[in-house]
Amino acid sequence: MSACQQCHEREAVVHLTEVSGDTVSTVHLCGKCAAERGMAVEEAAATPLGSFLATLGKGGSALAAAATVGDACPGCGATLADFRASGRTGCPACWVTFERPLRDLIRRLHGATRHTGRRYDDPALATDPERAVAHERAKLREALRQAIETEQFEAAAELRDRLRSLEES
Amino acid sequence: MIPDDALPWLESGEAADGLVLSTRVRLARNLAGRPFAGRNSAMDREGILRLVEAAVEESGDLAAGTWYRLDGLPRAARRWLHERQLVSRELAGLGPGGRVASGAAVVVAGPVAVMVNEEDHLRIQSLQPGFALDAAWTAAGGADEALGSRLSFAFHSEFGYLTGCPTNVGTGLRASVLIHLPALVLTKEIARVLHGLAQVGLTHRGLYGEGSEVLGNLFQLSNQTTLGKSEAELLDHLGRLVQEVMGHEARARDVLSRDAASLVEDRVWRAWALLRHARALSFDEALNLMSGVRLGVGMGLLPGPSLVTLNRLLVLAQDAHVARAAGTGLEDEALPVHRATLVRRMLEEDPR
Repeated sequence: MSACQQCHEREAVVHLTEVSGDTVSTVHLCGKCAAERGMAVEEAAATPLGSFLATLGKGGSALAAAATVGDACPGCGATLADFRASGRTGCPACWVTFERPLRDLIRRLHGATRHTGRRYDDPALATDPERAVAHERAKLREALRQAIETEQFEAAAELRDRLRSLEES
Repeated sequence: MIPDDALPWLESGEAADGLVLSTRVRLARNLAGRPFAGRNSAMDREGILRLVEAAVEESGDLAAGTWYRLDGLPRAARRWLHERQLVSRELAGLGPGGRVASGAAVVVAGPVAVMVNEEDHLRIQSLQPGFALDAAWTAAGGADEALGSRLSFAFHSEFGYLTGCPTNVGTGLRASVLIHLPALVLTKEIARVLHGLAQVGLTHRGLYGEGSEVLGNLFQLSNQTTLGKSEAELLDHLGRLVQEVMGHEARARDVLSRDAASLVEDRVWRAWALLRHARALSFDEALNLMSGVRLGVGMGLLPGPSLVTLNRLLVLAQDAHVARAAGTGLEDEALPVHRATLVRRMLEEDPR
């Protein structure tokens, strides 16, 4: 175990490699100090389901994509720092890239995170197979997240397998 | 170019007691796979506008609507559209240091207006006369369905309709009523009522929406949150609270009649006299006098005018409308004189 280089008290769980010119240095921080520096710490590893989620991270799935500082949204290039500065998301993909911090934020803003109003079926899904697959993947990921939250592990395993086969096909 | 008639949302007649002047429902929508307003380019916005134009073209009632490109209009015309509540101050580039974004446009079709390239790619709104949440939702919701079946909206299975600002995500629905609460202001009860509303998820703004001050005792009450409740629940919640506020205003009027009858009577008659005889009026002054007259009519203290005339004046006495009617510009120093003339003429022509 290594101690946090900032508070020297808690265990370091974030190991940040910084490249500046020709020098490479590594900073070790605890979750609290990392958060103070504006880094969202992926908490999955701290839960019993962490390893389960981590298996999905392999093979390019973005399921457990941790929104850490510097991660840019693939849709518009916005970072979490951009969002914090402007209070506005950059594009629809930001809501997937920064799903976790955004969920925390909208819970505080709205007192809820789940939309219960009008459902929407995108007409393009019927004609654009690529979009349809992306949509299906998003739906499975959401179902998986719910299954994990409610500790329905059998259902979660099945959903995970379906996600995998969707990604391989 | 711009039709001078169509003020359907003001022709509310003598409905109810005239407390609620108009009701608006707006839906924030964005196109899938495209950057939001804060991160898009002029070319992105032109592309969005073309897509929306094509979808509107195929969308029944909307297809017959009139398009205005804000980025091609002079300031007076943009202001004119804003005074009719058809476009926001931001879209019209009227805010402090405001400029019109390229591709900013609105299509107006009866009670529905769709702003394009505002903070969200689309802002679908319906403005209805009087207290009419259901009618406003039906009209805006219908336009939403028509456009949503032809465009790809950004939608997330958990978060709902995606927006640039997290305060609008979910339903994207903001419903508001424009309500006149002079007795609550006179009895100084208004702060308590507004504070109570804030506790249960309602916000208030002035006549011109976000950031605008309260003028003429007119308040826009609207839902604060947009996610976690269905559209019907949000509307129902707002509707019930507005009913409660109307009850508070009615009781405050009872208190005024009981405890300050002569004071109130003097006040509303003075307002009526000034409005009918003044030779120069600023809009703020006209608005405050109209508030007094509206209260007098509502309490049965004044014989007239009709609420329809008062509603129309609310729009027609604003700068861009007065300038247009007088054939002059926004910078004309005689605008207060033109306004007073217009107000006198309209009150003389009032059927009452």
